[in-house]
Amino acid sequence: MPSIAVLPTTTDHPPRRAETSPDGPAISVTGLVKSFGDVRALDGVDLEAAPGTVLGVLGPNGAGKTTAVRILATLLKPDAGEIRVAGLDAVKDAARLRERIGLAGQYAAVDESLTGVENLVMVGRLYGARRAEAKRRAAELLERFGLTEAGGRPAKTYSGGMRRRLDLAAAIVARPPVLFLDEPTTGLDPRSRLDLWATIEALVAEGTTLLLTTQYLDEADRLADSIAVIDHGRVIASGTQDQLKDRLGGERLEVVLTDAAHAERAAAVLAPLSDEEPAADGDVLRLAVRGRDGTIVEAVHLLDRAGLSARDLSLRRPTLDDVFLSLTGHVAEEADGGDEDRADGELAA
Amino acid sequence: MRRLVSDTTIMAGRNLVRLPRNPELFTAFTIQPVMFVLLFVYVFGGAISTPGYSYVDFLIPGIIVQNIAFGGFATAMGLAEDMSKGLIDRFRSLPMARAALLAGRTLADVATNTLSMTILVVTGLIIGFSFDAGAGDIVAGVALLLLFGYAFSWVFAFLGMLVKTPEAANSLGFMLVFPLTFISSAFVPVDSMPSGLRWFAEVNPFTVVVDAMRSLWLGAPAGDSVLGAVVWSVAIIAVFAPLAVWRFRRSAARA
Repeated sequence: MPSIAVLPTTTDHPPRRAETSPDGPAISVTGLVKSFGDVRALDGVDLEAAPGTVLGVLGPNGAGKTTAVRILATLLKPDAGEIRVAGLDAVKDAARLRERIGLAGQYAAVDESLTGVENLVMVGRLYGARRAEAKRRAAELLERFGLTEAGGRPAKTYSGGMRRRLDLAAAIVARPPVLFLDEPTTGLDPRSRLDLWATIEALVAEGTTLLLTTQYLDEADRLADSIAVIDHGRVIASGTQDQLKDRLGGERLEVVLTDAAHAERAAAVLAPLSDEEPAADGDVLRLAVRGRDGTIVEAVHLLDRAGLSARDLSLRRPTLDDVFLSLTGHVAEEADGGDEDRADGELAA
Repeated sequence: MRRLVSDTTIMAGRNLVRLPRNPELFTAFTIQPVMFVLLFVYVFGGAISTPGYSYVDFLIPGIIVQNIAFGGFATAMGLAEDMSKGLIDRFRSLPMARAALLAGRTLADVATNTLSMTILVVTGLIIGFSFDAGAGDIVAGVALLLLFGYAFSWVFAFLGMLVKTPEAANSLGFMLVFPLTFISSAFVPVDSMPSGLRWFAEVNPFTVVVDAMRSLWLGAPAGDSVLGAVVWSVAIIAVFAPLAVWRFRRSAARA
């Protein structure tokens, strides 16, 4: 058990180059609505991302994340709403917008019969590049994604992580200023996941604006500059990680008591540190505290004076799990698979 | 327009590169037709009476028409696969001509059809088939076969997008097209069939196209079958190409 665990903040990303596209946000969505039959997949979604930043769209399966990405990437038409991406209207200028975006969906959308090189050359040429240029770019990307050796083999021989990397490489063949990644690490083993995160961070460091959907809180925490939490087709909270966590009233103190029988007394003793009622769970006591400096010392002091002892005390910032739980009343489900097949209503806890 | 042509070429190229790397599909276009020719000629051939022709002469035009109609299989399976694996989404997010997705697929079929037609003609010539026609009619026959095959590519494109998996596309196509090819003049003279079946066989476009091929390659009495075969092919394209495009738009725009 760590005594004091403080989550790293994610504001120390490398500096980003300003983007050359027109002034204003690289992604701006207002009042986005989309229904499929009776199911309202998106019910008035607003999103915004400044050039060169990462917007994390966080939510459980079926929340509407994939639908939103598909609309922004011009694959679906919205029922209502204003969408501007890279300075263009995603509905009226859809054809031109496709030259400025890259998309990697939930599946590694590569042709399994083609080799890595052939996949990237094909995509490059479909972006309008000449064969020689497309080949040069393919070699460059394979090198960068550590696939040079595998480049001559059909993609069906690749591991899951390699396929995702090839998929990501295909999405950035044309160096798009705006990139959409829909659950890029769903289904990957932890090691491949870390690799892919590093790759994504490097891309963003070069100035790409990224919209990333994920159901993993740690992923949003690590990669995103700002987060929109989406549930049942609505944005239920948005802001930076710190802002979201601050909504929960800052630091949380966790006390593990030596004797669970003393929980009630300990709660009363520690009450002055918090504006809320401390929550007891067996021998663990949790409370939102007002400040951080000296809090632990004071807690120990209060307990000691009352003749109580603790095995462990820790102070931590709320995690995105806490945020999600307090916003939605249910925990974010980390179900396997990335399908959004389930109807929205099924997820109500 | 230039974009459409170049993107169609790229997509057709992709589909052709895939073919030899998929052994099941590749044998379906090369070894399987040869096997059928040999089985029909040597197993059934002796029992089927084809007045005026040796059975191998009678069979070759018919079996080529059957094969060419199934050439679109690759399109049905390929499209179903692209849909189920998310590749269609990737393509649709690119600034490419979207029509090239279907056009490139069906164009690739023309190339594979040419390959399996050549294999069948050569097999036929080895086991005793002989043309009874001038060079012009032989070439016209080849053109008609490719046109008819192209028409069926659009039928298969539509079928491929009606279903969710490549396997389902395979069995649906087989169930629909296989009986059609058999209740025709492809393998037996239609007047050997019971009357109801015979009526169907006579209006079946396969019979029309097979009769047209026999008139072009064997000098059989043509009637108006060549014109009929062209009209049928064009009509099939006119119906199924828009259906395929409609279905493509619809399935691609799903959640």
